[in-house]
Amino acid sequence: MPGLVHVSTTINGNPTDFLCEPRQSLLEVLRDVLGMTGTKEGCNDGNCGACTVVLDGRIVTSCLVLGVEAQGKEVSTIEGVASPEGLHPVQLAFLENAALQCGICTPGFIVASKALLDREPDADEGRIRHWLAGNLCRCTGYDKIVRAVLDAEDKMKA
Amino acid sequence: MEAIEYTTPKTIAEAVQAMASAGDRARALAGGTDLLVQLRGGRRSADLVVDVKDIPELNEVSYNPQSGLTIGAAAPCYQIYANADVAANYPGLVDSASLIGSIQIQGRASLGGNLCNSAPSADAIPPMIAMGGVANIAGPNGTRQVAVEDFCTGPGRNVLESGELLVSINIPAPAPNSGANYLRFIPRNEMDIAVAGVGSAVVLDSSGQNFVSARIALASVAPTPVFAREAGDSLAGKAVSDESIEEAARLAMEAAVPITDMRGTVRQRIHLVGVLTRRTLNNAIRRARGEE
Ligand SMILES: Cc1cc2nc3c(=O)[nH]c(=O)nc-3n(C[C@H](O)[C@H](O)[C@H](O)COP(=O)(O)OP(=O)(O)OC[C@H]3O[C@@H](n4cnc5c(N)ncnc54)[C@H](O)[C@@H]3O)c2cc1C
Ligand code: FES
Ligand code: FES
Repeated sequence: MPGLVHVSTTINGNPTDFLCEPRQSLLEVLRDVLGMTGTKEGCNDGNCGACTVVLDGRIVTSCLVLGVEAQGKEVSTIEGVASPEGLHPVQLAFLENAALQCGICTPGFIVASKALLDREPDADEGRIRHWLAGNLCRCTGYDKIVRAVLDAEDKMKA
Repeated sequence: MEAIEYTTPKTIAEAVQAMASAGDRARALAGGTDLLVQLRGGRRSADLVVDVKDIPELNEVSYNPQSGLTIGAAAPCYQIYANADVAANYPGLVDSASLIGSIQIQGRASLGGNLCNSAPSADAIPPMIAMGGVANIAGPNGTRQVAVEDFCTGPGRNVLESGELLVSINIPAPAPNSGANYLRFIPRNEMDIAVAGVGSAVVLDSSGQNFVSARIALASVAPTPVFAREAGDSLAGKAVSDESIEEAARLAMEAAVPITDMRGTVRQRIHLVGVLTRRTLNNAIRRARGEE
């Protein structure tokens, strides 16, 4: 069996070292090796977006990234969204708009939505729906999620 | 997933050596959006995964008005559609790169991986065929070039020999008065596999009223992507008209040899090839005339 590989990466701004098997996904590493269980597993094949993280500035499904690929890269997860001052406007908007029920999809939606608003502060509803097409939600019917993102967008501009 | 070894070569030579060292037990890794799903599901197995993303030639996206566009085999979709030269000169490629999977998938998925995965439904292959793309391959015996239409040999199979690597895809510089478009039919708006897809590329004369040449390629209607050569050739020298487009659509439908499966029936797929050929030709003509 191939041994464990030493990986040096940056997670939510913190230099982080871990050991993993080459076959382990970044999602498995985050959850099982590093104990960062905020990132969720839904499908494990790229379809649901529950495992969304930011890798070197782009959102990706961490179930389709190998942990070893994080070597030398910057990873941001749901754990890095809030700051010591409090929740991020996207997180607050999800709460205030009741944009979650069971919550399994929520970290992925929040990471993806924040990435959109960071990049396109004026994204319209159509753009938001298109951007979030890779995030599935079994509970809400999406409308409350989209309204929450529009609300967060307003508040971030104010 | 079974245990694997992982390596990150920094040059093409190192990558070829690594691929050759494990022979059929080696797989190249670009965005992993096909490979990791397949390794995990047991549809493919490998002892050695060769991550090709640290090799400069496999990441470059560069345009030259003489030699055309060079797309590094591992360049992810977003780098294709975010590239101003590609947007200006190859909107037909942007069509594909911006509809593969989701934003998350487009952050990783490459056109090279799409080609090497060689799915009949691959959305990037028909437009690359239509635009006359050529695959640049490196292997233990040196380099070779293969036209994209000759690359796939069966579902998930292609011309790559053990130890060989796709380095890049070259798309010739667009001729004056040319345009291309790719469309697929899926029952949803996003995130689905093509029931059928058509890529069309046309070159018009300077009046914009006559075809100089055309190339048409099809997705999801045969064991490989289909180059519908007769359909495109039928347009050469003809006036742009409903009749000439209809005849090309009829020939494209004849080139389709689909199966019935959970996504669609033979009849529906052949019908879709006709509809999508007409639409993509008309869109390509509009682009060739500079109307969009
Ligand atoms: C949720 C989801 C949605 C998707 N939607 C679409 C869609 O709408 N349309 C579509 O066409 N596809 C879709 N796909 C499939 C996949 O994303 C694409 O085929 C993608 O382009 C593959 O690129 P990749 O870089 O991820 O390839 P990888 O998975 O890294 O590689 C694919 C195959 O090619 C081989 N390979 C890769 N690079 C090289 C190289 N340089 N030399 C030799 N061999 C190589 C690999 O060994 C592997 O066998 C989807 C996948 C997922 C998970
Ligand atoms: S768990 Fe990664 S996309 Fe569903
Ligand atoms: S809140 Fe349950 S899946 Fe979205």
